[in-house]
Amino acid sequence: MVTYVIRRLLYSIVVLFAASVLVFWGLSLVTSPIGFLRMQPNISEQTIQNIVERKHLDEPIYVRYGYWIKDVVTNKFGTETVSDQPIWPDLKRAMGHTLQLIIAAELLAILLAVGIGVYSALRQYSVFDYTATTFSFVGLAIPVFWLALMLQILFVNIYLWFDVRIFYVANLNSVDPGSGIHFFLDRAQHLALPILVLMVASVAQYSRFMRASMLEVVNADYVRTARAKGLEERRVVMKHAFRNALIPLVTIVALNFGGLMGGAVVTETVFALDGMGLFFITRLNAGDPYPVMAFLMVTAVFVIVFNLIADLAYGWLDPRVRLD
Amino acid sequence: MTENVSSADRLPGERDGVRVAPGAGAGTPPSATPVAAGHPAVSSDLELSYESGLEVEARSQWAYARMRFFRHKLAVASLIVLIILSLVAIFADQVAPHAYDEFDFEHIVAPPTLDGWHLFGTDELGRDYLSRVIYGLRTSLWVAFFVATLATVIGTVVGAIAGYYGGVTDNALMRLVDLVLVMPLLAVLLVLSAYLGQGKPVRVGLIVALLIWVNLARIVRGVFLSLREKEFVEAAKAAGAGDLRIMFRHMLPSTIGPIMVTMTLLIAFAILLEAALSFLGFGVQPPTPALGKLIADGQVQGFAAWWLVTFPGLVIVIVALAVNFIGDGLRDALDPQQRLRA
Repeated sequence: MVTYVIRRLLYSIVVLFAASVLVFWGLSLVTSPIGFLRMQPNISEQTIQNIVERKHLDEPIYVRYGYWIKDVVTNKFGTETVSDQPIWPDLKRAMGHTLQLIIAAELLAILLAVGIGVYSALRQYSVFDYTATTFSFVGLAIPVFWLALMLQILFVNIYLWFDVRIFYVANLNSVDPGSGIHFFLDRAQHLALPILVLMVASVAQYSRFMRASMLEVVNADYVRTARAKGLEERRVVMKHAFRNALIPLVTIVALNFGGLMGGAVVTETVFALDGMGLFFITRLNAGDPYPVMAFLMVTAVFVIVFNLIADLAYGWLDPRVRLD
Repeated sequence: MTENVSSADRLPGERDGVRVAPGAGAGTPPSATPVAAGHPAVSSDLELSYESGLEVEARSQWAYARMRFFRHKLAVASLIVLIILSLVAIFADQVAPHAYDEFDFEHIVAPPTLDGWHLFGTDELGRDYLSRVIYGLRTSLWVAFFVATLATVIGTVVGAIAGYYGGVTDNALMRLVDLVLVMPLLAVLLVLSAYLGQGKPVRVGLIVALLIWVNLARIVRGVFLSLREKEFVEAAKAAGAGDLRIMFRHMLPSTIGPIMVTMTLLIAFAILLEAALSFLGFGVQPPTPALGKLIADGQVQGFAAWWLVTFPGLVIVIVALAVNFIGDGLRDALDPQQRLRA
């Protein structure tokens, strides 16, 4: 086990390094920071020269990569190209907001999906099962941004017609959110719709997964044994079947969670939430490669870490999986 | 579908499909037994049959697959819907009531109306949204099929090579796959399209395809790894067939089930991805209409002009849903083993 963890850690570091090479080389090949500078309005040749000097833009690419890595490690991703503003504070703040959003969305999605999946499996081919299946198919076919827009239209029109504000449709806070419980409620009213949007795809995916996993377990020999020795049905389901059926879900949730850090781009853009996705889109539109690289590296770290967690959790929860 | 139901469904049929072919030696590859060759555990009776020199008739396998597919009513209905929508898209010039860039200054941002046949309403330039949606559907469907085909080819070739050769080649290719999977897909897509691929549908399609072949490669690799040890591969080798011939003539037919299923799901995935890209402004560029872009344009008109957002989105949902149902039906038909897992 320990050897496995160490090997897996080392491998993750190698992947991370490869990802950093890929990100830097890739972006450096398709962008040109100097060209980007020349496109800026109101910037003198002298300023450009200074920036080129400061960012070592005239060096060959592998030297620039070295400087960049040094910046990433010692200087928290360094600064933006033109303004020389540090990247990290913005990114850190955005990361906090995105985490609030996806932790809430994923927790609710897991609770709901586990319930739906287990019930569908226990009542296979019932009306409930078919309805749940249909909903999950629809949930996976709805474009995230469209769902977000439709909800916005719905709640804006409710506000216009009935003068009732149920949820806000943009931003993280009101201008004056108050403090304590008021702040929390205000935040909840702002995040409710984005959470709902993120939940739809997750619930659709997890509930299908949970149903399949539960079906597999319910038909397993040890569950039959449990029934045969006269355990009451509730104990069979909860103690024997359910707990084992949860194991595969852990993996898929962990993988998904890692991906969502960089994957809530669309939702955050539509709802104008100051999160990672919006950070990324605005910087990408501005054309400055350095913040974009920072974003890609941070999301890659999240995916790698959660891959690692998924693997380790699987081995830990399921003794049949031998990690060596 | 449970294991019991599906095997009970299949067994009598396949026994009928097994034809005794006297004299069919070990050198004859069981060319079209995707289920049996890929997943020996499920159809042990078929396994037995070709070990003892029986051959499964090629066509009957497809006949049974077709039968299983047509039993999936939602899949059949979806197929009909998709065919109709494709025809509408292909014959957009004939079907659309207006040209997609035709102005109607009598109706500016008009809700759906029979007046002038603006069934989906009009936008801020008085352009008919039904027509724009039809042309947008053409672009989006085209991109989706292009992406799925290209990604399938890349994924199959990479997976086949990795699975067949194993060892260092396999390791290198799978680490490449790991690397692609580590990068956040949408973000990388956005970066690449921002700098390389904006504009023409072909470029958008190329970039999407270059990033979504990885899952298929993994699936194909898995099947090839298990096929590699089969007797018919050994036999083909003994008969002097080259690597390429073994891979693509002998092993590939046994992989066609999972490939077709995955390709179908890739189409749906590509539609949603392209829509998201276009919506964010990094996909197909005007004047070519694409469904995601239409939604983005409609959004600009504000929350009162609900039809500009609703209709293009509904079309995307219908297409993606239909494609997913077809994929589900195909999985029932071609890849029952995977069905048990999913």
